[in-house]
This record gives sequence, structure tokens and C-alpha cells, in this order.
Amino acid sequence: MNDLVRLIGLAQPLVSKHLRVLREVGLVGVRDEGRQRMYSVNGQSLKPIHDWVKTYERSWSKRFDRLDVVLEELKEMKEDDRGRDE
Amino acid sequence: MVETSSGTAVVTLPTDTQILIEREFNAPRHLVYKAYTTPDLIKRWWSGDRGEVTLAEVDLRVGGRWRYVMEANGGFEVGFHGEYREVVPNERLVTTEVYEGMPEGEAVVTHTFSEKDGRTALTILMQLPSQSDRDAVINSGMEGGMQEAMDHLEQVAVSLH
Repeated sequence: MNDLVRLIGLAQPLVSKHLRVLREVGLVGVRDEGRQRMYSVNGQSLKPIHDWVKTYERSWSKRFDRLDVVLEELKEMKEDDRGRDE
Repeated sequence: MVETSSGTAVVTLPTDTQILIEREFNAPRHLVYKAYTTPDLIKRWWSGDRGEVTLAEVDLRVGGRWRYVMEANGGFEVGFHGEYREVVPNERLVTTEVYEGMPEGEAVVTHTFSEKDGRTALTILMQLPSQSDRDAVINSGMEGGMQEAMDHLEQVAVSLH
């Protein structure tokens, strides 16, 4: 918990509040270890969200793959121009 | 040897009404900006593997309009249009964006181009009017994928005919 507060940079009560919500919907698990509360991410319950966004993400990746090809050509054209100038 | 592949796009949902798309390119930012704003170049990449771009109109100035139309693989047309709100060459573009199939959900899209060591980080932040509009945009990817699947199914069906 102290680690999370430090990493996120929010006040401890606010972090607790977020964690409680995440715990209630099953996205994080928690266990007590001595005086510390240890939180863990439940990847399985995040999977539906991941799957939902993945198809959209893939369509952008396909788009950017083609943009990569265009950019390589633009870079080559620029090198040719430079070659002519010299 | 030039490294072409710069990885995949990363999509995250910072708030209930936003979509953030991030990608790095192995090119200086003025070239990424050029590819993003030049109609003949937009035509070559914007449709991804979803079809062919049949129209790319760009009036690159504040208040100027843009419109892209793609003929999707299924044969139907998909159009997007909007207006330029901010134009800072090679750095920042803010546009409105309307999917013509869902004209009520106008997005405000902020593109940021930042260069480091000859590579360009592009971030695209889409601000939608509501969570349901945001979800509809994400679902459109799903529907596109479904459409492609149906097209493939159709091809298989025709080949069996």
C-alpha cells in the first residue's frame, strides 16, 4: 500500500478509495501480510476489457504499418535530394 | 540497415469519454506530419487493411475542413469529416472528427508529434461527448473485424457454390 501511494503520487485515502472500488469489481485481490496489505492485479478479470479494445487497436496497427512504408519512402526521397544537392 | 517496423499501436482509455492511441515511428516528425496531412500520402495508409481510400480532402488551416472516404472491403463507403481547430506544423493538430454513419458523436482529436533521436512519438487523444459515444468508437473496430470476417465467409461460400 505504501509503495502504491508513493508510485501513484496521490493521497493515501484517495488510493484506498480507488483500491476498494477495484477490489469490489474483482480487478485486484488483497491479502494481509503482517502489518502490510498486499494487493495483486487479477489479469483474468481485465481480459474482457483487453479483448474489447484489442480489435480497435489492431485496426490502428494495420493503418500505422502502412504509414511506416510511406515514411520509409519519404526518407529515401529526402536522401536522394541531398545527393543531388551535393 | 533501416528498421521499418516500429511496433504496434497502444490504445488506452484514460477516462470514460477518451481514447488514447500511441505509436512510435522511425522517422523525423516533419515527415510523419507530412504523411498525416498530404492527401496523396493519406490515401496510401489511412484505410489500413479495411479497404481503399477514395477521397482525401485537406484544407489545412484553422477553420478549414477535412474529409476522408474509404471504400471498405465489403463494397460500402465509410466517410469521416471534420474541421481543423489548431494547426501547429510538425507539432500539433487539433481537429473535430465525425463518423458520417454516427453524426451525433463528434470527437475532438488532439494529435501530438514529438521527436527524439530522429524518431517520432505520435499520440492521438480522442475526446468523445459521452461514454456511449466512446464505446461506439471502440465497438466500430469490432464491427469492422466482424465485417471482414463476414466478407471472408462470403468468399468461401461463393467458392463452394
